[in-house]
Amino acid sequence: MRVHSRSMTACLLAAATAFCQVASAADTIKIGVLHSLSGTMAISETTLKDTILMMIAEQNKKGGVLGKKLEAVVVDPASNWPLFAEKAAQLLEKDKVSVVFGCWTSVSRKSVLPVFEKDNGLLFYPVQYEGEESSKNVIYTGAAPNQQAIPAVDYLMKDVGVKRWVLEGTDYVYPRTTNKILEAYLKQKGVKAADISINYTPFGFSDWQTRVAAIKKFGSAGKKTAVVSTINGDANVPFYKELGNQKISAEDIPVVAFSVGEEELSGLDTKPIVGELAAWNYFESINTPANKAFIAQWHTFIKNPKRTTNDPMEASYIGFNLWVKAVEKAKTTDTAKVIATLPGLETPNLTGGMAKVLPNHHITKPVYIGEVKADGQFNVVWKSAGEVPGDAWSDFLPGSKDIEADWVTLNCGNYNKVTKTCSGQNYK
Amino acid sequence: MKQLSKGSQWVLLLIALCGAFPALLKSQSPNDSGFIATLGELREASYSDKEAIVERLSKSGHPSVRAVLTGFLEDRLYFRNSDQKMFIVKTADADPLELIDPLTLKAAGSASADSMTKIGSNNGLRRVLRTTIAHYSLSSPDPAVRLDAVREMNKALDEPAIAMLRERAVVEKDAAVKKEIETGLALAALDSSDAGERLKAIATLRGSVSQDVRNRLAALLDKGSDGSYAESNESVRKAAAEAVQHIDSWRNFYSGVETLFFGLSLGSVLVLIAIGLAITFGVMGVINMAHGELMMLGAYTTYVVQTLMPGHIGLSILAAIPAAFLIAGLTGILLERTVIRFLYGRPLETLLATFGVSLILQQSVRSIFSALNRSVVTPDWMSGSLRINDALEITYNRLYIVIFTLIVFALLMLLLRRTRIGLDIRAVSQNRSMAKAMGIRTEWVDAMTFGLGSGIAGVAGVALSQLTNVGPNLGQAYIIDSFLVVVFGGVGNLWGSLIGGMSMGIVNKLLEPYAGAVLAKIFVLIGLILFIQIRPRGLFPPTGRASEDK
Repeated sequence: MRVHSRSMTACLLAAATAFCQVASAADTIKIGVLHSLSGTMAISETTLKDTILMMIAEQNKKGGVLGKKLEAVVVDPASNWPLFAEKAAQLLEKDKVSVVFGCWTSVSRKSVLPVFEKDNGLLFYPVQYEGEESSKNVIYTGAAPNQQAIPAVDYLMKDVGVKRWVLEGTDYVYPRTTNKILEAYLKQKGVKAADISINYTPFGFSDWQTRVAAIKKFGSAGKKTAVVSTINGDANVPFYKELGNQKISAEDIPVVAFSVGEEELSGLDTKPIVGELAAWNYFESINTPANKAFIAQWHTFIKNPKRTTNDPMEASYIGFNLWVKAVEKAKTTDTAKVIATLPGLETPNLTGGMAKVLPNHHITKPVYIGEVKADGQFNVVWKSAGEVPGDAWSDFLPGSKDIEADWVTLNCGNYNKVTKTCSGQNYK
Repeated sequence: MKQLSKGSQWVLLLIALCGAFPALLKSQSPNDSGFIATLGELREASYSDKEAIVERLSKSGHPSVRAVLTGFLEDRLYFRNSDQKMFIVKTADADPLELIDPLTLKAAGSASADSMTKIGSNNGLRRVLRTTIAHYSLSSPDPAVRLDAVREMNKALDEPAIAMLRERAVVEKDAAVKKEIETGLALAALDSSDAGERLKAIATLRGSVSQDVRNRLAALLDKGSDGSYAESNESVRKAAAEAVQHIDSWRNFYSGVETLFFGLSLGSVLVLIAIGLAITFGVMGVINMAHGELMMLGAYTTYVVQTLMPGHIGLSILAAIPAAFLIAGLTGILLERTVIRFLYGRPLETLLATFGVSLILQQSVRSIFSALNRSVVTPDWMSGSLRINDALEITYNRLYIVIFTLIVFALLMLLLRRTRIGLDIRAVSQNRSMAKAMGIRTEWVDAMTFGLGSGIAGVAGVALSQLTNVGPNLGQAYIIDSFLVVVFGGVGNLWGSLIGGMSMGIVNKLLEPYAGAVLAKIFVLIGLILFIQIRPRGLFPPTGRASEDK
């Protein structure tokens, strides 16, 4: 799989360079791809790099944008957060790319933010994240907490009748912020503190016996209990295994996860976790013509019919199409003009709805809740009525309740409605 | 006239019969068509509607209800797109699907997977199905199935369920099932209007250790919003309070046993990863930073063996043990012959060189198997748990690993104490030059010792593949722990590693519920540092002449 994608990249790059030499560089539009191709995050991010390369190849087949061909500039920040900033600067200042698609972890995004704001670049960020941010130079095509975590909790509360909550997470910024928002939300909904249990474990934790036994005990108080899991990647496998071994089925204590998708399940024996839940804005199993075409295109491009598609890939797809639309509408690749054109633009997503860029630089997304099936795919058991607009600043945290992001009328990413002040871009 | 009338009687009879025959057929038919119609509603229904439909199906009393609902639970209920007809299929997600008629339960040909649509279910629906099917399993010839059925029914006791339990209680022969039925009936009797009945029920329930029973009894002691108790009778309340206390004390006891087992199982993992190191580091004095990667090789060997024997998952784990021992052992010997033997007596350089080797091993695994984790399937006999009673269940995979560790330890002890090579190893580690003078080929013994330690690391990898992710970073996660155990137990002493590993595991697990996973580990580390300050040579320091060399 790896070899394939490598050689494909090589091919594409070679093709692009060859083309450049023939056609002269001025006739292409450069697109930066800033995803880790080595290190711990390579597993997830390489897929997104390939997605963007596929989109570029597809667009070039249609004749490019504004009559010019697109040319990918792929760099490897190697899962090293400071290196992300360096590579971003290289893309913007040396390669003079028109747009960058990149980053996965929140810390890498925080690391490149100052660079994009200084050089007035444009970044499309394709992964679900903890919110509490809105930058003029970033379009967030992944889910904000109100497009993933909050609807999932609502589903459990209303449709499953959950009364007691375990918030189980890996010990880092995304789970801690998300759980803070969820705790505030649950308390606002009248859940007592005694009915919420919050716990964190280290990265790569594997000895889940005690934790799972504690969850079992917490869940046997006679009230319906659910686990909201922000457990990161690797630690999920032993976690789900232990749940299975201690005979906690999804029918008794369901687990809803925010970081477990098709790609993660492909490395896992899914039999014991059938029925466990995941909340995303896209599932590979959603049956729409657009999605079928996308999956087929992906399989041809990656030359492996078994590769899965996932939510961040759809977010990359949406981001790319939005950029193309904006450039065609603005009739220029000038970032300032493209950024000004983006809010209000719409493009179809893969699940039959429309993704619209909001003034806060987030997009509208449908929310789906799926149950894991034995074949590693998801069976959608709930979907939101229409698309949910992304909210940059959570309404459930005391610090961000009054803050609004609006790049159209207010021209500010952090505007306090009470004090009527703009605190500028928050990237401490 | 008479004859004619007789004849006409016959005719009438015939006509009547002719009329009755279809009617006789039809007497089944309204039920059948109703059943099929209800079943057909599943095609379009929402999940909550489906629950109502399942209830109606089960009330219809149709002979094939059980088969249909079981099929539904197992994702084997489909309808044909062309004529919307419902079918059960033999195996879900096969292509082509083998159809079974839901009425006659006879084979009805086959159809391609594309032409059929599955009726989906969700968690809530599956719970309803399971409870409903439990009613039918009550008369199963297998006592284990009956026991599960009663347990399911006890979770949701309603009138028909209680009636069925009562009926079954009379004929039930199996003691465990009988006891479970009694518990269920006693739970039902708690709602009786007769205080004497309720007292009797509490007396029965007092012996249980189930959390559900405890919750139910504790609910009797709840005060309503108007200040009155849920249970009006004082003496019943008293009995219930006493029973709750009794159950709680037993549950506490069993949860203590559970924690102890958790500690032992973590401890045995620690011992397993450390005894290989106890040989290479303890006996030979080589700081092998690639020890973790040797475990990783063992885990990958398990994966490869499993891929080679796809039909025999259970067997493949057993086959992987000697395979992992050989592969890790041979890698170890190669490592010793090509790198380590040139560095004896230079611990710092050994450390750096083996660290380099560990990176090489990791990267080569990445190149061969990709950076993605590989999934090792857990065989059926290693998943699930051994049920001691309602309060205590011991997971099989951990239980087997405890046993496995003890076996490996015993074999290793035997090898060192009772065999020629063991004698050589001990001789070389105690006094190298004397051993050499006695004609022992110390170089060969060194290689064998290192191979033995590495092989055991490989075997530990097989066990780890059942507990954690099989990926290139597997070794790094365990290397620190294994050094800690060896240092704590006393360098060069296998018994020390056993006792040290087990006690570290138990202390960790005792602390974890109070301090959390992160803090518990920190406390264990601080404790270890303090311990080393007092006893620098660990729990069981080497004694005699051998200790003076080091």
